[in-house]
Amino acid sequence: MFGFLKKKGGEAVSPPADPAATTETPEQSLSWRERLFGGLARTRAQLGGKLKTIFSRGKVDDELLEELETLLLTSDVGLEATQHLLDALKARAKKDKLETPEAIQEALSQALAELLAPLEQPLSVDGHQPYVIMIAGVNGAGKTTSIGKLAKYFQSQGKSVLLAAGDTFRAAAREQLMTWGERNNVTVIAQDGGDPAAVVFDAISAAKARSIDVVLADTAGRLPTQLHLMEEIAKVRRVIQKADASAPHEVLLVLDANIGQNALAQVKAFDKSIHVTGLVLTKLDGTAKGGVIAAIARQCPKPIRFIGVGEGIDDLRPFVARDFVDAIFA
Amino acid sequence: MLDNLTQRLAKVMKTLRGEARLTEENIADALREVRMALLEADVALPVVKEFIAAVKEKALGEEVIASLTPGQALVGVVHGELTRLMGAAHEGLNLATQPPAVVLMAGLQGAGKTTTVGKLGKYLKENLKKKVLVVSCDVYRPAAIQQLQTVAEQAGVEFFPSTTAEKPEAIALAAVDWARRHYCDVVLVDTAGRLAVDAAMMAEIKALHGALNPIETLFVVDAMLGQDAVNTARAFNETLPLTGVVLTKLDGDARGGAALSVRHVTGKPIKFSGVGEKLSGLEAFHPERMASRILGMGDVLSLIEEAKKGLDEEKAMAFAKKLKSGKGFDLNDFKEQIGQMRKMGGMAALMDKMPAQIAQAAGQLPAGTEDKMIRRVEGIINSMTPAERAKPELIKASRKRRIAMGAGVQVQEVNRLLNQFEQTQKMMKQFTKGGIGKLMRGMKGMLPGMGR
Repeated sequence: MFGFLKKKGGEAVSPPADPAATTETPEQSLSWRERLFGGLARTRAQLGGKLKTIFSRGKVDDELLEELETLLLTSDVGLEATQHLLDALKARAKKDKLETPEAIQEALSQALAELLAPLEQPLSVDGHQPYVIMIAGVNGAGKTTSIGKLAKYFQSQGKSVLLAAGDTFRAAAREQLMTWGERNNVTVIAQDGGDPAAVVFDAISAAKARSIDVVLADTAGRLPTQLHLMEEIAKVRRVIQKADASAPHEVLLVLDANIGQNALAQVKAFDKSIHVTGLVLTKLDGTAKGGVIAAIARQCPKPIRFIGVGEGIDDLRPFVARDFVDAIFA
Repeated sequence: MLDNLTQRLAKVMKTLRGEARLTEENIADALREVRMALLEADVALPVVKEFIAAVKEKALGEEVIASLTPGQALVGVVHGELTRLMGAAHEGLNLATQPPAVVLMAGLQGAGKTTTVGKLGKYLKENLKKKVLVVSCDVYRPAAIQQLQTVAEQAGVEFFPSTTAEKPEAIALAAVDWARRHYCDVVLVDTAGRLAVDAAMMAEIKALHGALNPIETLFVVDAMLGQDAVNTARAFNETLPLTGVVLTKLDGDARGGAALSVRHVTGKPIKFSGVGEKLSGLEAFHPERMASRILGMGDVLSLIEEAKKGLDEEKAMAFAKKLKSGKGFDLNDFKEQIGQMRKMGGMAALMDKMPAQIAQAAGQLPAGTEDKMIRRVEGIINSMTPAERAKPELIKASRKRRIAMGAGVQVQEVNRLLNQFEQTQKMMKQFTKGGIGKLMRGMKGMLPGMGR
């Protein structure tokens, strides 16, 4: 039954919907897809079994809708986006007479894919040199780890990378980034303590002098309620602009997939102070389903640049909406 | 979205005015609202379902006391039940064993384990006068051990050095041995963050627990956690005999429904809550406050406690006397109050604890404006003569111009301040009669740009 969807989804959408994969060899792309499927296996195992029972009813009635609602809510999709998806399904059911479990499932996964498709905008670091990427997020979202993985990712694309240890607050954050730098053989610009904005400014100047392609600027984790820290990060952004008028070219907000509806508040708050241009969704390899991105797509859409489905250094990759939906449903 | 549950229920309950009892029919809609409020606060769905069933049972037949609306009566039941579920009074750490008492920390990546170790260390050392040793068994994440070392230095507790080449179990046992020989009272064992589904890592911490036989095993959990908190907590609880929970990052704006989920699944008490990155940011957990927070009703109790902390006892007494005597509240007091507010962590910290309706209204101002505004107000008052401060009605056009020049602002701003002051004065009069409820409503008028 689910094979049906998988095949159909694969045939219909895979070739055009994989712009990121076209730059890689097919072999790599396949293994990434496999990894994504592997990483989301638990999500699928949990969800798939339940979906099967729900869809086996064979028609869209109140009971099915209620069970689906439950399922979406437990995936952190949130009330508003859940309502939207169910409405979309109801509308389809009215129009197309969905009578088989497969048709209902296809309709739902399509509604989800349509909702998420606008968020699928891979990050291209061409056009500026250095391409300055600023990384922000709450405490423990996985910023520094993501930077380590991103450095590897950009290197594998033949870019030279420089890291700026802008987290001057947390104990040993600098050392943590340095270790990532050593592992990837990437220069890390750091100062002893001091002002995060100054560190980032130095790093951009250094990147210019050494004609580096990509600068990844780490920042300390902060909760949006800490206004003075939000002001501090706004200053980091202004200083980046001073170092290079066109920068930052990308402002990434790192979100933990385990976080619930507060993720929305985080996106809004960080957007307000530093104009977020993209998201990184980490820790999708747990049992969390990352359903909150559906809520984000509805209420404060921002492109999802990368998703992380494992601890390995290669496990952070561009987001592909259809793959993500397939990995959940298939 | 952050509507106060009380308000939302009030809408549903409008139709019910005059009914004397809560019945199955008349609370169905209201319970749906409760369900939504809990889901928005990230309480896990299975927990929500059970909770609603319990509330329904309790609420049915509940008499609506004359002074309350059915909505208020229901909120009372919901709040009471939430509080009950989250545990009764605060439970501290159990250290009653032959020293050293070993405390093992466990949790997901980025939950805040290392920071919590630092905070606990400081708390044990300063409040309970214990000799504390901390040790890191995180041999995976880069610089995790260094992080703990730095934190230990800041907290002023002993640090047991380890390296990434060693096995976690060996490190922990060596640390306990060292602690025994150096007469430490408590050993705090930090561990690597791990996913509940990572079998190898879970086996590792299980073995670590077996080797150490800690008296306390604390599950550190992020208050922002979503629906999955249930699965994670269940898995950790099944692997380890947890003795308590530490809820972190409560200074954020998450409603913290995870607290209820975790508590429900593990049945273990929430022993502490972490607020802020400073090592002093560890507080006892208060179930009734958490209940209010989950329901979006604001944390007025914490606010009052905070106010007490920041308040100068003597000055407060003098102020209260002044109010009671009916003598006017003047601009000197106004300035004094602003100063007090600053001591309490500025408007931001204050708003955080306000009921959702007020916090939301204030949220419409761009970040930081409140504090900037307060500085300006102070500037304006500082440009007045003592006589003007005591008798604001003296201030007419020419004095206004002088004050505006002195403070470097427009005359309009002086006018606005005087208007605000007048409102506050009115509010204070109400306060002497009405108590805190009225004061809260009055607060809305104090900030320009807020809904009146």
